[in-house]
Amino acid sequence: MDLLTRRKFLLASGVTGAAALVAGGTAYGLADILGSGDDRPEGAGTLVLITLYGGNDGLNTVIPYGDDAYAKARPTLAYPPDQVLKLDDGFGLNPGLAGLHKLYGADRVAVVRGVGYPTPDHSHFRSMDIWQTADPVRPQPTGWIGRWLDTAGGDPRLAISFEPVLPPLLAGATSAGATVPGGALKLPKSVTPQLLKGFGTASAQDTAALARAAGCFTDLSRVQDLMDDVAESAPDETPDDSAEEPGATATGGAAGPLEQQLEQVARCVEAGAVTRVYSVSLGGFDLHADEKGAQQGQLERLDKPLAAFMDRMTRSEKGKDVVVAIYSEFGRRVAANASDGTDHGTASSVFLIGDRIRGGLYGEPPSLTDLDNGDLKYTTDFRDVYASLLRTVLDGEPDRVLAGWKGELDDVWT
Amino acid sequence: MTDRQTVSHVLRRLTFGPTATEVDKAEEAGAAATISTALAHRTAPPGPGLSTGPPPAQDADRDARRKARARQNAELDRWWLRQMAADSTAGEKLTFFWHGHWATSIQKVKSAALMYRQQQTFRRYGTGDTGPFIRAMLRDPALILWLDGQQNTAKAPNENLARELMELFTLGVGNYTEDDVRAGAQMLTGWTVDRAAGTSKLIPKRHAQSPVTLLGTTGVTDIDGYADLLARHRAHAPFLAARFWLRYGSGAAPSAAATERLVTAFGPGRDVTAMLRALVLDPEFPATNGQLVKQPVEWVVGAVRQLGIDAGKLDDKQLKQLSAMMRALGQVPFRPPSVGGWPAGTAWLTTASAQVRLRSAPNLVTLAPAAVATLEEAARPDRLDALARLLVIDRWTDRTAAVLAPAAQDPKKLLTLGLATPEYAVH
Repeated sequence: MDLLTRRKFLLASGVTGAAALVAGGTAYGLADILGSGDDRPEGAGTLVLITLYGGNDGLNTVIPYGDDAYAKARPTLAYPPDQVLKLDDGFGLNPGLAGLHKLYGADRVAVVRGVGYPTPDHSHFRSMDIWQTADPVRPQPTGWIGRWLDTAGGDPRLAISFEPVLPPLLAGATSAGATVPGGALKLPKSVTPQLLKGFGTASAQDTAALARAAGCFTDLSRVQDLMDDVAESAPDETPDDSAEEPGATATGGAAGPLEQQLEQVARCVEAGAVTRVYSVSLGGFDLHADEKGAQQGQLERLDKPLAAFMDRMTRSEKGKDVVVAIYSEFGRRVAANASDGTDHGTASSVFLIGDRIRGGLYGEPPSLTDLDNGDLKYTTDFRDVYASLLRTVLDGEPDRVLAGWKGELDDVWT
Repeated sequence: MTDRQTVSHVLRRLTFGPTATEVDKAEEAGAAATISTALAHRTAPPGPGLSTGPPPAQDADRDARRKARARQNAELDRWWLRQMAADSTAGEKLTFFWHGHWATSIQKVKSAALMYRQQQTFRRYGTGDTGPFIRAMLRDPALILWLDGQQNTAKAPNENLARELMELFTLGVGNYTEDDVRAGAQMLTGWTVDRAAGTSKLIPKRHAQSPVTLLGTTGVTDIDGYADLLARHRAHAPFLAARFWLRYGSGAAPSAAATERLVTAFGPGRDVTAMLRALVLDPEFPATNGQLVKQPVEWVVGAVRQLGIDAGKLDDKQLKQLSAMMRALGQVPFRPPSVGGWPAGTAWLTTASAQVRLRSAPNLVTLAPAAVATLEEAARPDRLDALARLLVIDRWTDRTAAVLAPAAQDPKKLLTLGLATPEYAVH
């Protein structure tokens, strides 16, 4: 999915999920957010979800270099064993993932192989929809984080995206996460905090719908306060222009380069924000032709900001509660196509990273020869991963959020 | 409710947003005449005249074909936006309703011409008997492509279209069985689309020839037999009544009594217009005032209409700006998120959409100097009333009046704020 398709996916998915009705209109200040009250429970986990749009080639990310079938299927695309960053005797990481490899060495990365869902769909839109709604069967108006938010009280500050459009995964049935593109609300200058609070004030004359429309402004005001507080608490620093990869700008689209998004996340985490889920993304993985160098470049654009972010989290007490999860809508075909690229495939690896993670390789690696129409057969259902994150990081109830789903990853936690 | 409030409520729901002048006329004509006029038969507007440009030949590279497609898509988008903004009747709103009902996306169909063709079917059949309407939709090339009808053959049936047809388009869940889905899919086998000609046709070799038992009837042999069973099914009318109520009535399901009244109006002739008329005349309709959240398209097009912006005179760039607002709000015509159509109700009320409304309001006001002048002409103490009249809002709450009052000295700012109010987000 290139930049265009990624944006189209976001808009095609619609803005769904309602803001929770918040009566009154008292905004929270930093004291409230940081307070030891019930806003953020002590030791509460934080999930940073990184979506790779476009279908990242899983086999050239976590490379089964020990399997002869790998090089055979991809004569021009395969990495020779001496180039991969070894994880064990059979698997290694793409050379573009040096930072991740180092984290793996520190036992902080779980690589879950063969993650997918039944009856795979090769459409970017549909497959991303499946990953974000966590329903492989029926189109759903709500995302899995949105449904968690519904059960967690519906405060939009709990789930924040730094993308321009609300990703469907943050839309719940009765609430929705907030979007804060660029880390600051984009509002006309004339829109003062006072104005937001004014429109957000409840009125006895409100119908139910009108009360919700007003509640949006209160929510917006709370999100703005949160972002202002985060900005205030951040140390003064000159933005590092050299960190901006022009390539990442082009592929990451209006979401801003990943380093900018992760910078916002880091600030919020360090400020002790009430937020429990951050959604960030990187696009540009739909490489049907001349893939090898391009994918490695894309993975570097993921790896460098990710490594810097994890490093920063290590230095902060609050960062120890952060778990990063990285996924894409599908992997790619086992065999290369005639243009030195790969076409849309199925199962792929999911990365889970953080201090709470017991590092290692998990999941049955799919066979490279026993294929389903040229595609890998998935071995771990993606809902197992979600259920595990919901229970362990978000203190949620997986079966409520995932329509009764029972499976979970057990071993990945310390 | 005053007479003015009654006709305002009716017109806010039946049309894409009445102007103050239209409400004046409606108030004078009375509710009954207003409803008749809004629902009167109207001739379809002239088509978009899509540019064919350099033929996107098979040997043209991928990029050139994609560019040609994008140009046509943009032409179609602009054309429909103009039609919606120009229409003071119930016509375009009803076309939009059917678009969200038989929700088909150009993102998979990849043809502006076929999307327009589908819309012509909505216009031609969408106001009358649903029997011929369903028959026509089963032959609709865009719908066939959208729901994988191309892949549905006697040898390898694809049940996608048959399932959605019963679940989302005609009957609703619980009114058919899995056997009906399989039998229905068989009836639809062999219908394929000729993209170049823009037509669909039955390839007999790919069609399952043997008759099936479908929805309790034996010996069904073709799509028309299938379509007629759906139209005559006892679940069809109540299902449609609920769908209309969701978009024209309130977020809550219609009462059993209201459903019954709508079904009776629909009658054995399955008259869509009669059902819609019954809806706005229903004794429960007045209480729905203020209970419906505007869909983004309704918010943008309504603002264009009520601010007196002549969409016919907007240039491509300005129309693109309006499309961008809809996109940012999450609803783009011809691109529903899934076959289930767009969400309804409070789903549209998010912090994200509030931000976009606040950002879009100044841009809309820039296009509407006449509306600003109208407010300017009013004496300062009357400007809140003038604003309510312009935006066809029955009354401001104390909350909103308190925010607006200080802006009364600056008509431009007042109008901008008016568009962003909670009141203007619902209707």
